[in-house]
Amino acid sequence: MHRKTFLKGLVGAAALAVAGLPALAQDTIKIGEINHYKRMAAFAEPYKMGIELALEEVNAAGGVLGKPLEFIFRDDQGDPGEAIKIAEELMTRDGAVMLTGTILSNVGLAISSLAAEKKYLYLASEPLADSIVWASGNDYTFRLRTSTYMQAAMLAEEAAKSDAVRYATIAPNYAYGKEAVAAFKSVLTQLKPDVEFVTEQWPALFKIDAGAEVQALERAKPDAVFNVTFGTDLAKFVREGTTRGLFDGRTVYGMLTGEPEYLDPLADEAPVGWIVTGYPWYDVTDASNKAFVDAYQTRYSDYPRIGSLVGYMTVQSIVAALEKAGSTETEALKAAFKGLELDTPVGPITYRAIDHQATMGAFVGTIAMKDGKGVMVDWTYKNGADYLPSDEEVAKLRPAN
Amino acid sequence: MGFFIAQLLTGLANAGALFMVASGLSLIFGVTRIVNFAHGSFYMLGAYVGYSLMQVLPGAVGFWASILLAGVIVGLIGVIVEICVLRPVYRAPELFQLVATFGVILVIQDLTLMTWGAEDVLGPRAPGLTGVVRIMGEPVPKYDLALLVITPFVALGLWYLITRTRVGVLVRAATQDREMVGALGVNQSWLFTGVFFLGCALAGLGGALQLPKGGADLLMDFNILTAVFVVVVIGGMGSLPGAYLAAVLISVLGVFGVTYMPQSTLVLMFVIMVLVLMIRPYGLFGRPEVAGEHGQVGEPERPIKPAGLRARMIVAAGLAVLALMPVYGSSFALVLATDILIFCLFAASLHFILGLGGLVSFGHAAFFGGGAYVAALLVTYADTPMELALLLAPLGAGMAAIIIGWVCLRLTGVYFAMLTLAFSQLLWSLVFQWGEVTRGDDGLVNIWPSAWASGTTVYFYLSLVICTGGILFLRHAAHAPFGYALRAARDSARQAEATGIDTKRVQWAAFALAGAMAGVAGGLFVFSKGSVFPNELEIARSFDALIVVFLGGVKTLAGGVVGGVALEGVKDILTRFEYWRLALGVLIILVVIVAPDGLVGTARKLAERWGILRGAEDSK
Repeated sequence: MHRKTFLKGLVGAAALAVAGLPALAQDTIKIGEINHYKRMAAFAEPYKMGIELALEEVNAAGGVLGKPLEFIFRDDQGDPGEAIKIAEELMTRDGAVMLTGTILSNVGLAISSLAAEKKYLYLASEPLADSIVWASGNDYTFRLRTSTYMQAAMLAEEAAKSDAVRYATIAPNYAYGKEAVAAFKSVLTQLKPDVEFVTEQWPALFKIDAGAEVQALERAKPDAVFNVTFGTDLAKFVREGTTRGLFDGRTVYGMLTGEPEYLDPLADEAPVGWIVTGYPWYDVTDASNKAFVDAYQTRYSDYPRIGSLVGYMTVQSIVAALEKAGSTETEALKAAFKGLELDTPVGPITYRAIDHQATMGAFVGTIAMKDGKGVMVDWTYKNGADYLPSDEEVAKLRPAN
Repeated sequence: MGFFIAQLLTGLANAGALFMVASGLSLIFGVTRIVNFAHGSFYMLGAYVGYSLMQVLPGAVGFWASILLAGVIVGLIGVIVEICVLRPVYRAPELFQLVATFGVILVIQDLTLMTWGAEDVLGPRAPGLTGVVRIMGEPVPKYDLALLVITPFVALGLWYLITRTRVGVLVRAATQDREMVGALGVNQSWLFTGVFFLGCALAGLGGALQLPKGGADLLMDFNILTAVFVVVVIGGMGSLPGAYLAAVLISVLGVFGVTYMPQSTLVLMFVIMVLVLMIRPYGLFGRPEVAGEHGQVGEPERPIKPAGLRARMIVAAGLAVLALMPVYGSSFALVLATDILIFCLFAASLHFILGLGGLVSFGHAAFFGGGAYVAALLVTYADTPMELALLLAPLGAGMAAIIIGWVCLRLTGVYFAMLTLAFSQLLWSLVFQWGEVTRGDDGLVNIWPSAWASGTTVYFYLSLVICTGGILFLRHAAHAPFGYALRAARDSARQAEATGIDTKRVQWAAFALAGAMAGVAGGLFVFSKGSVFPNELEIARSFDALIVVFLGGVKTLAGGVVGGVALEGVKDILTRFEYWRLALGVLIILVVIVAPDGLVGTARKLAERWGILRGAEDSK
C-alpha cells in the first residue's frame, strides 16, 4: 500500500510539473521581478508601486521597441533557494528577457550566481552588499542602488569634518552591518588618521537588546557613534538611547536612517541632529525629482519611499538598456548595460563598465523635527561616482575582471 | 558598581516579557502536551492589539487598561484557535498538533498584515514613566523599573492560581496525569480551553507590555520564538518558577554578554541551554518525563511489511513516468522536480528517525545545511570536483550527526527535540558568525556541478537516481533487522533492552544514518542552486521537514515522501497568489483536521473502508 501512495505522490509531482503550459505568444517584453513581497512587505510594496508607476508611463508612451513592457512579480519568501527556482521559471517558462529585484543581499547574491552560470541578465535593484559587484561580481549582474560602501563613505566624509576622535559603532551582526562598519572605518581612517574606534557593538538582527547596547556604548564614552541598525532595532535603539541620554552632546552618523521607510515609523521620536543618508522627497526642488514625486503622489495618494524611487529607476534603467541594445537578446542587453547612461529623478547615472555599479548617489542631511515628525534638513545630494574606490582598487576588489 | 547594577536592572527588566510568553507556553505544554509553535504569533497579536487600544484609550489609565485588555483579547483569540483547530486533533498521534499550530502561524501572519499594514509601529511610551531614575549615577528608565515590579507580581499571581486554587489543582493534576483527571470526571475539554486562554493571554500581555520598549512588527513572532523555547527548556517544561528563573538568567547573561563579548549576541543563549541540559537534562525545575508518556498515543501502529509485487510494479511504473519527464516536461518542470526530489529525500531522512525511531528532532536542518556547507566549502577552498563533494557531504553531515546524537540521545521526548534545536542553532550561529571561512550570510556562491552534469536534464537524472536510491535505501533499512531493532527501541525500550538490543546504540546509528541522508540531500541541493546561505540551517528549514513528515503521516513508510511532494507542490502553486500564507495556513489546518493520520494514513483507512485495500486484520 505504501508504495501505491508513494506512487501517487510521484505521479502527482509529474502531473504538476507538466501542468505548466508553455508561454503564450510573445506580444510583450517581460521582465522577471523577484522579491520578498510578504517577508519584507514594508519595503517591497513601495518598490512595486514605483515600478508600476514607471510601467504605466512607459506603456502610455508606446512601450519599448514597439512592444508593451510587462513585469512579472513573484514572491520568493526571502529564501535564496526559492528565488533560484522562480528565476528559472521566469526565464525558461514565462519568457522573461531578464531578471531584477530583491532587497535581501543574500537572495541577490544567489540570483547573481545563477545569472552567471546560466547566462541570464540580472539587475540587482535594491540589495546593498558590496560583494554583488565586487568580490562575487560577475559579467551578467548589474546593480542600481547606492551600495553599502558608497553610503558609508559619504557618512565618513561628513564625520571627518567634525572634531570627534573617539568613535563607537553599532551594527546588526550580519554581512551588511559588518561591511558598513568596515567601510566607514577604512574611509574615515584614511581621511582622518587620528580617529580611534573605542567599541564595536553587534546586536543580532531584529533582536537588539537596546538597553544593554546603549549602556555598553555609554561605557566607552565615545565622541560620536556610527549607527547601522535599522527597522525595529533602530526604533528600540533610538528610544533607549534618548531615554538614557546616550545621544546628548554626541553626533550620530546613521546609515539609511533618513529613508522614509525607517524614519517615519519613529514619528515624533526621530533622533534630531543625527547625520544620515536618506530620501527627503518632501523637500526636493530640482525638476526631474519633483516631477517623480508629484506623479507618484497623484497616482497613489501616498508619498514615495526610497524603495519607490529605486523601483521607478529600475524600470527606467531597463527601458534605457532595451532601447540602447535594440533587442531583447541577453548578450546585447549585457553590452548595453555596460556604460549605460540615463536620466533619472536624481539626475544622470551611469552603469560603470568597470564593476557594473550604477552611480546613483544618496541624500545626506541632518534630522530635524517638523510637524511632529522627523525630516532631513540641510541635505545635499551626493553623486555616487565620487564615493567609489579608485579604478585600480576596484579591479583588485573584483576578481571577475 | 553603578554600571554593574544598572546592567543587572536592564537584564531583569528584559526578563519580563520573555517570562510571560514563556510561562504561557510552559503552561500549555504542561497540560495539553502541545508544543505551541504559534505562541510567538500570540505575542505579536498582543503587541498589535495593545497598540490599537492605546490609540483609543487615553491617559495612564487607558495605557494600563489597554495592556490588560490586550491580554484578554489575545486569550480569547487563543480560545477560538483551540476550539476550532486543536480540539479536533487532540487524539491524533503525538506532536501532530505541531502542524496545526504551524498553520495558525501562517494564518495569523497574513491576517495581521491585512489588519495593521506592513509598516512597523512604534509603541507609545508609558504615561508618567518616560524619564530615567539615576541609580548610583547611572540612568535607569522608569519603565524598566515598572517592569521589574510587574513581572514578579504576575509570577506571584500565577503561582497563587496554580498552587492555591481549585483551577490550579486541576491544572497540576492534568500536568501529571491527564487521563486520570478525565477519569475523575473533570471536563478535560474545558480545562484545556481554559489553560489555552491563560497561556495565550500571558503571551498577549507580554507583547503589550514590551510596547514602550519597542513596538510591533511582522517579524516579531518568529524572532521571540527561539528565545521562548530556550527559556522554557532551561526552566523545565511545565515549570513556572523554572521559566521565571530561566528568563532572568538568559536576560541578565545576555546583557553582560553585550558588554563584554559584543559578538556573542547570536550564540550565548544556545550555549547556556546546551550547558544547562548537559548538567540537568530536564531543565532547572523540570521532572523527567514519565516512561511511556510520550510513547504511542492513539491506536497502535501496524507492523510494516515489504511492498508486494503489485506495489513494486506500480512504483517502477511511476519512476518510469518520472524518468521520461525530460521528453514531455518543460525545462522548468525538471527544475521543480529536482527541487521536490531533494526535499523528499530530506523529509524521508527525518521520517526515518521520527517515524521508525520515535525521535522527534527539531533540528534536522543542521544535517541538510551541514551537508550543503560541507560540499560548498570543499568546492570553494579545495576546488573539489562535484563527484567527490557529493560523497563527502553525507560524510560530514553524518559525523555531525554522530557528535550531536551522542549528546542529544541522553534525553528523550521533547527535551531531545529541544536539544537538537539548540545544536542546529549553534551550527547556524557558527556558520553565520565565522565570516572569514563561511562568508556569513553572504553565503558561498558559484558552486555549480561539473560540466557533464550542468545541464538541467542531466542534473535531474542525477538527483532522480540519488534521491530515489536514498529513499529506497531508507525503506530497505526499515525492513532490515536494524529497522526492527529501532522500532523495538521506540515502542518499548525496556523490553528491547531485555532482548539484548542496545537501544541507545541503535538509535545513535539511526540518527547518524538519517543525518548522512540529509547530508546527501544537502549536497545535491547546493549544486542545484549554485549557492548556499545560512538559512538552510535555520529553524524554519527544520520545521519544513517536520511539517511534511507529520502531514504525510508519521506512522506510514511513505509519509515523508508523500508529504514532501504534496507540500512543495501546493506551495509552488499558492505562492503565486497575494495572500498565499493565509491560504496555505488554512489548507494545512484543514488537512490536519480532516486527515489526522496524515495524508497516507488517512488515505489508507479510506481505501480499506471502501474495500479497495484489505484491512490490517485480514492481511497475513
